[in-house]
This record gives sequence, structure tokens and C-alpha cells, in this order.
Amino acid sequence: MFRAGSYVTALVVAFTLAPLSCDAGPREIVLASTTSTEDSGLFEELLPAFQRAHPEYRVRVIAVGSGEALRLAARGDADVVLAHSPRAEEEFMAAGHGESRRQVMFNDFVVVGPEDDPAGICGFLAAASALACIASSGALFISRGDESGTHARERDLWAEAGLQPRGDWYLEAGQGMGAVLMMASEKGAYTLSDRGTYLSMQDRLQLDVLVEGDPALRNQYSVIVVHDASNLAEARIFAEWITAPPAQALISEFGVGRFGRPLFSPSADSH
Amino acid sequence: MDVFVDAIKQAFHLLVSGDPYIWRIISRSLQVSGLAVLLGLLAGIPLGTWLGLTRFPGRGVAVALVNTGLALPPVVVGLFVYIILSRQGPLGSLGWLYTPGAMIAAQFVLAAPYVAAITLAAVQSVPPELRLQARALGASRWQAMLLHLREARLSLMAAVAAGFGAVISEVGAVIMVGGNIQGETRVITTAIVLETRRGRFATAMAFGLILLVIAFTANAFITRVQQAQPRRRRPLTS
Repeated sequence: MFRAGSYVTALVVAFTLAPLSCDAGPREIVLASTTSTEDSGLFEELLPAFQRAHPEYRVRVIAVGSGEALRLAARGDADVVLAHSPRAEEEFMAAGHGESRRQVMFNDFVVVGPEDDPAGICGFLAAASALACIASSGALFISRGDESGTHARERDLWAEAGLQPRGDWYLEAGQGMGAVLMMASEKGAYTLSDRGTYLSMQDRLQLDVLVEGDPALRNQYSVIVVHDASNLAEARIFAEWITAPPAQALISEFGVGRFGRPLFSPSADSH
Repeated sequence: MDVFVDAIKQAFHLLVSGDPYIWRIISRSLQVSGLAVLLGLLAGIPLGTWLGLTRFPGRGVAVALVNTGLALPPVVVGLFVYIILSRQGPLGSLGWLYTPGAMIAAQFVLAAPYVAAITLAAVQSVPPELRLQARALGASRWQAMLLHLREARLSLMAAVAAGFGAVISEVGAVIMVGGNIQGETRVITTAIVLETRRGRFATAMAFGLILLVIAFTANAFITRVQQAQPRRRRPLTS
């Protein structure tokens, strides 16, 4: 037992150290991004294209909530951020953590819920009143609860509805968008999701879109080059690339094949 | 380094001030892992005793399986339990997913092999003459077996400590099947993940310190048992 254990240990050590010994590979860019872009599969499309355009760089994606993405960038743990939390981004820029901030793309948030809609929120167009209706119906609502961009927007909507969500019906999951959608589907609960993640998981979810199209639900993604980035030049190149026409064209096509419609709309200024 | 020291200082403050958010999560952790280990004992002790005291074809495979159970990856256990408890799964009608019940079930699967494997080792370390002698003196089979288990009791306590230490520090399974819901299924480990992500290092550190204390206590106990064992060995035949 123990002898076998030490062989295994030796093997594990060998395999772990092997890649470290030849570290003169491509230069790394650390991209802190939102879970929604990662869960939707957008990066699987974009990053290989970036790799082809710039084979000398390698992008490492850290998929976390927007709030966390900005915080770890402020600590210097990321070179470039892709976020969708406008207010937090403005604070980030005002604090001098960001060198530049540019729009990349947008989609929208949707309120999703069980197909039979026990709270009966279909009739509402305004997201805030729909949330108020869920609150008064006693149906379950699952909040991201992780200070992500989606969580920030959800709190804005509750504020707009004039409500402090609290009680047995309001669950704070503290997890990413994909996990929360799975949870809502399992529990027959309502939640706020970005459309991209929802569409990319739709076939695995027993959830319908119940509220959409409210201007308060617009979801804008921006790319920020971090001021104190340890790979500043590389970060600039990535931000430049993702806002340039070829990448913007890729974004506008992403999801058309699978969902019949794009998941994101490109919105970078052409310059 | 300052960040680290600050986090530890604030963590102590949070713990001493009795922040209800923190203590509720700690008690939920103890409750879930405690129950899982208790159920693990109920299943693992009979299994380990049986494997230790009987000989049958295929026993070698069964022992190997139990020992493999010691290395069960929590995320894989989480995956299986998730599928079984999800709405389309065989036990979906229970509605257990994302409840403490699901977390107890997953941690039970992780804890039971610990208890079984350590019980097995403990039972085998007691000289078999003990049972024979007891039988010769007129004890029933059950009495002889209980005597045998009594001799192995310190090791059994170590089994409890080892199983508990393993499941309470496990995050992979509980975050999948529990969902990290505040006030319901958030436990020490999932809270550390979330608070670190939120950048609230002091809170994360408070949980981390508690977890270290628990792990240390469990291991100190195991060490004591292991150190005490040799001295207890006295000749059974005189």
C-alpha cells in the first residue's frame, strides 16, 4: 500500500515539475472575466482566433464575477478585465486602477423562471415590477449573491422596485451563472440571468424567459486594461484586438449556428 | 505580507465578536459533517468488522474496494450524488438537492470508507486468540465480537476523527450538491471559496482558522491514539 503510494507520489511529482522545467514558452496575458462569458462558450471561439493572430501570447482566463474580476485586477493579479458592471467599472477607473476602458459588446439580462410560471409574472414588461411580483407571490428567487455584474444589476432592480429582498423565498447562492441556473431549474425558482448563459444552457434547463426587452436589462461588456498590469503591452494588444473588426465580427456570429441568433452584439467604437 | 497579518487580526476580531453569519456557518458545517460521520459509523463499523473477522471468496476485492474508497475524489462523489438527487435522477422525488440532506448524503459516502477501512485494520490488529479465548471461556459469538471491538475501540475513535477531519475540510462535493446557499447550505469550506472570491479575506481567514483548529484537533487525537497503542499491548495468555 505504502510502496505503491510512494510510486504514485514520484509519478505525480515528475508530471507536475515537467512543464515547469521548460518555461520559455509564450508570454502570458491574464484575463479576468465574468462567469457569463466563460459559461456561454464565447472564449472557446475567441481565444483560438487571438492565438492565431498573436501566436507569441497565451491568454489565461480567470472566470469570476465582475466584482471579483475588478478586485483582483486592482490587486495586480490580472492584466486585462472583461466586465459587465458599469458602476463598479467607473469606480475602478476613478480609483486609477484602469488605463483604458472600451465597450466590447452587449446583450441583455432576462428574468427566467419555471415553465409554468407560478408567480404569474409574464404579463409584466418592466423587470422591477416583475421582481416585486415574485416577492409578493412567495415563489423562490435565487440570487447570485456573489457581487458579480449580474448580482449588481439584480440589486439595482430590487432598489428600483423599492424592496429589500429577504426571507425564506430569497436564496443567495454565492455561485456563478451556470450553477445558479441549474439550481433555479432544479428548485423551480426564478432568477436573473444574462441571455447568453441562459441560451447556451437552455436545453438542460426547465426555465423560460419571462421578462425581457426592458431597457433596464441592457447588459454592456467593457474591456479594461489594468494600469499596473505586469504584462501591460500584452494587455493593450488584447484590448486592441477584441475591439477591432475581426474579433467584433466573430462576436456577432457567435451562437448563430447553435441558437439561430447571436448571443452578443458587438459594440466597440470603430476607430 | 501586511495583507496576511491584517486578515488574521481581523479574523480573530470576527471570531471573538461572535458574528452570527460566521457562527451559523460553522454550526451548519459541524452539523452536516457530524451527521455524515455518525451515519458513516453505522455503516462502516459493521462492514469493517465483517471484513476483518470473516474469510470468504472475493474478500480481497472487497478490502481493496474499501481502501479505494479512502481516495474517493469528493467532486466525483458530488457528481454522482447530484445526478441521483437531481429532478430527473432516481431519487429526484425526494427534493433533496441543494439541501443539507444532500450534503450529508455526499459526505456519508466519503466518510463510510474511512470508518470501514480503519475498523478493518483495528479489528485485524487485535490478536485473534482473544476471541478464541473468550469463546473458550463460554462467551457467545456476539459477546466475543463485542469484546474484540472493545479492544479496538481507540482505533475506532481514530476512525471517527479521521473521517470527520476528511469530510469537514472537503469542498468539492458540498458545493455541488448543496449549492452554497446562505443560511442553508453554506458551510465553512464553501464560505471560504466565496469570501475569497469576494475579496473579503478577513472573513475567509476567520473560517480558515476555525477549519485549521478542527483539523488540528482531529489529527492530534489520531496521533495520541497511535502513540498510545503500543503500550496497551499486553500478553493475552499468561
